Amino acid sequence: MPEFEPKIVAFVCNWCTYAGADLTGTSRIKYAPNVKIIRFPCTGRIDFMLLLKAFANGADGVIVSGCHPNDCHYTSGNFHARRRWMVFRHLLDFVGMDIRRVKYSWVSAAEGAKWADVVNKTVEEIRKLGPYNEYQKVAKLDFEKEVTNG
Amino acid sequence: MEIEKKLLKKDKLAIIIEKIVAEGTKVFAPVKKGNQINFDTISSISEMTEDYIVTVKSSKLVAFPKIEKLFDYKISKEGDTVENVNFDSIPNQVLLGARPCDADGFASLNAIFTWDYKDNIFIKRLEKTTIIGISCLKSDSNCFCTSVGGNPGSTKGSDILLTLVNDNDYLAEIITEKGKAFVSKFPDLFEESQPVEKEKFLADVPQKFNLKEVNQNLSQIFESDLWVEQSLRCLGCGACAYVCPTCACFDIQDETNTKTGTRLRLWDSCGLSLFTQHTSGHNPREVQSQRWRQRIMHKFSYMPDRLNVYGCVGCGRCSRACPVDMNIVEHLTNIEEVKK
Amino acid sequence: MDDIRNKAKELLENNSVNVVIGFGNGSENQTRAIFVRKPEDTVKLIYDERCVQNLSLYLLKHEVKHFGKIAITATLPILRTILQLASECQINDGEIIVLGISSDGKLVEFADFKAIEDYISTQNIDIKVEEKEFIKKIEAMSLSEKWAFWQEEFAKCIKCYACRQTCPLCYCTRCFVESNQPQWIPVAAHQLGNFEWHILRAMHLAGRCINCGECAKACPVGIPLNLLTYTLIDSIKAEFGTIAGTNAKLDSVLSSYKFDDKENFIG
Repeated sequence: MPEFEPKIVAFVCNWCTYAGADLTGTSRIKYAPNVKIIRFPCTGRIDFMLLLKAFANGADGVIVSGCHPNDCHYTSGNFHARRRWMVFRHLLDFVGMDIRRVKYSWVSAAEGAKWADVVNKTVEEIRKLGPYNEYQKVAKLDFEKEVTNG
Repeated sequence: MEIEKKLLKKDKLAIIIEKIVAEGTKVFAPVKKGNQINFDTISSISEMTEDYIVTVKSSKLVAFPKIEKLFDYKISKEGDTVENVNFDSIPNQVLLGARPCDADGFASLNAIFTWDYKDNIFIKRLEKTTIIGISCLKSDSNCFCTSVGGNPGSTKGSDILLTLVNDNDYLAEIITEKGKAFVSKFPDLFEESQPVEKEKFLADVPQKFNLKEVNQNLSQIFESDLWVEQSLRCLGCGACAYVCPTCACFDIQDETNTKTGTRLRLWDSCGLSLFTQHTSGHNPREVQSQRWRQRIMHKFSYMPDRLNVYGCVGCGRCSRACPVDMNIVEHLTNIEEVKK
Repeated sequence: MDDIRNKAKELLENNSVNVVIGFGNGSENQTRAIFVRKPEDTVKLIYDERCVQNLSLYLLKHEVKHFGKIAITATLPILRTILQLASECQINDGEIIVLGISSDGKLVEFADFKAIEDYISTQNIDIKVEEKEFIKKIEAMSLSEKWAFWQEEFAKCIKCYACRQTCPLCYCTRCFVESNQPQWIPVAAHQLGNFEWHILRAMHLAGRCINCGECAKACPVGIPLNLLTYTLIDSIKAEFGTIAGTNAKLDSVLSSYKFDDKENFIG
C-alpha cells in the first residue's frame, strides 16, 4: 500500500520565510516535496479563515511562517499575527479541530536550513496523524443528509 | 372525493412505517433531539415523539428543503458541462405527524411555486410525498389556526388525517386519492371505524382576530406609522421566515472552485437587510419597518388578493422562534383595530 | 422601579431625550424592548428578574437613532456593552443618557463613561456557573468527542443570523457573510457553511464579547453559541490581561499587540 503523502499548505511572508525557502533551494538542501507555498506580503495579512479554507480544499496540514518578532518588514504585522494565532488556536481546540495539524514558525530569510527542517518535521508529524478525514467529510457536501436536515 | 373513515391502531401504524421504510420510502416524523422537536427521517415509529404541539421548524422541508442542489457544472477546454440533478429519482416520502397547520401550509407554497413558472422541483417533491397528518389535542397561546381559516382537526392538505381517540386508536380520515392509494397497500391494517365525534378530542383554539378585517385594513394602511411602531424591536433576522410553513423566498448561490461548481437553492428571508439590495446600490426596503410591512402585506394582502390563498396557517412558530417577542397575533389584532 | 420611571418621565418632559429604551411587559410572561417617547408611557417601563435582554443593540439601530437623543435603562450587561461600544468609537461620551439599574432594581445615574467604569469595577462580571461547567465539560472531552459535539450542534443551524442580529457588537452594516466578490463564507446552511460562519463570528467577537448570552437565547434551534465566545474570555484575560466592557478606552485585543505577548507554540 503506497505510503500516505500528506498535503501541506504553507502560508508564508514574502520578506522572511519565502526568501528563506528560496535560500533552501539555492543551497540545494533537499526537503519533502509535500508543501505548497502561498506567499503573502506579511503574516499580518493571513486571515484566520484561510487556514480553514486550506483544510476544506484538501490540506492535511498547514504551516504558517513569518519574520521573527522585531524583524517584521512592516514593523508590527507579525505581532498582530501572533495575537491572532494565540486566540484562534484556543477556539479551534475548543471546537475539536486537530491543532497539531497547524504549525507556526518564525523563519528568517537567512534560515534556509530551518525551513527545510520545519517542512520535514511537519510532513512526518502529519504523516503519522494521517489524512484529515474528519474535516474533509464536513467540507464535502452530503446532499442526502443536508436535504433531510431541513 | 368523500372522506372515508377508518380505525388505525398504533401498533398497526408501527408496522406500516416498518414496511414502507423497508421498501425505500423516506419517512419524516417529529423527533426529539436535546430539548427541541423537529422533523427528521425515522426508520421506526419508536423514534417519533408524540409530545409536541408543533415542531420548531416546519415540515416544508419535505418539498422545499433548506438546501436544494440544482446542478453541478464543469468548465474545461474541451467544453463546459452541466450535470442536472435527476429529480425523477427522488424517493417516495411520507410526512407523518404534520399538524393540520403544517399540512395546510403546502397549499400556500404550491400557490407560489406554480402560479406562473412551474417549479418542477417543488412539484415533484410534493407529488412524491404522502402527508399523514395528526390532529391537535392540545394547543398553546401562540396557536391561531382558527383565525386564518384552519382548525385543530382540519383535513386541508393532508392525504390521511389521524386523530387519537384513545390511548391506542387513531381515527383515520382518508381524504385524497393519494391517501386512498396508500391505505390500499395495507388493507388489513386499517380497520372499520365506529362513528366517532372527532371534535370532542380536539384542542380548543379560540379565534383571535377577523381575517377579512385584517385583509381589508391592510389595503388602506401602506403609508401608516404603524409599521415603524410594530417593528422597532424587530432584529431583522431570518428566524420567522425559516421556521414558517408558508415562507417560500429563496436565494440561489453558486459554490465554485474555479473550474467546477454547484448551483444551490437556499432559504432566504425578506426580513434580512440585504434581501432587496440592488446591484446599483439602491435598496427599496432599506429599513426594518419596510421589511416588516412586506412580511405582513405579503402574507395577508398580496397573496390572498392575487393568488387566493393566505400566506399564514396560524401555527405560531414565528412567534415562538422570535427572539424579541414580535408576536404576530398581537400585530394582526392591532391592524384589525386600526379603523376603530 | 419608580425612581427609574420618574427619571425617564422627567427626561422626556424636559426634552432632554426623545426616546427611552427600556423593558416592558410582553406576551405571556415574557418581557420585550419598548421605546417610550411620551412621558405618560413611562409607566410601562418595568424591571424584574425576567429582564435580561441586552437592549444596547437598539442604540445603533437606525429607526431608533432617528428619534433623536436616547436614554436607556441599563442592567450590567448593557452597561458593559455601552463601554465596549464606546471603546470602538460607536458612541461618544454624553451622547446617550444611561439609567443604570442596580441588581436590586434601583436607579444608578452615570454622569459619564468614567462613572460607568467605576461602577462596573465593583460588580461581578464573571460568566455564570453553569456556563463555566459546560465549558469545562467540553474541554474535558477528547478531540473526536469535541468535534462530534460541535458538528452536531452546528448541523442544526439554519443561518437565520438571529445570533448576529441580536448581538450589540455585531453592528457591521455589511457583514462578512454578505461580501460576495468572492463569496468568503458559504451562504448555505450546510455543515461547512455553518462551521465557517460560527468560527468567523466567534473570532470577530474575540476580546469584545461581554457575555450577555443573547446569541444563545436568540438561537431558534438551541445551539449554545455563547460558549464559543465565552471560551475565549478567560484565555484572553490570562494571555493579554484585558476584559471587554470594562473601559471606554480599551484597545481591541486583535488590533493591538504587546512586544512581550508570550506563546509556546511558534517554533
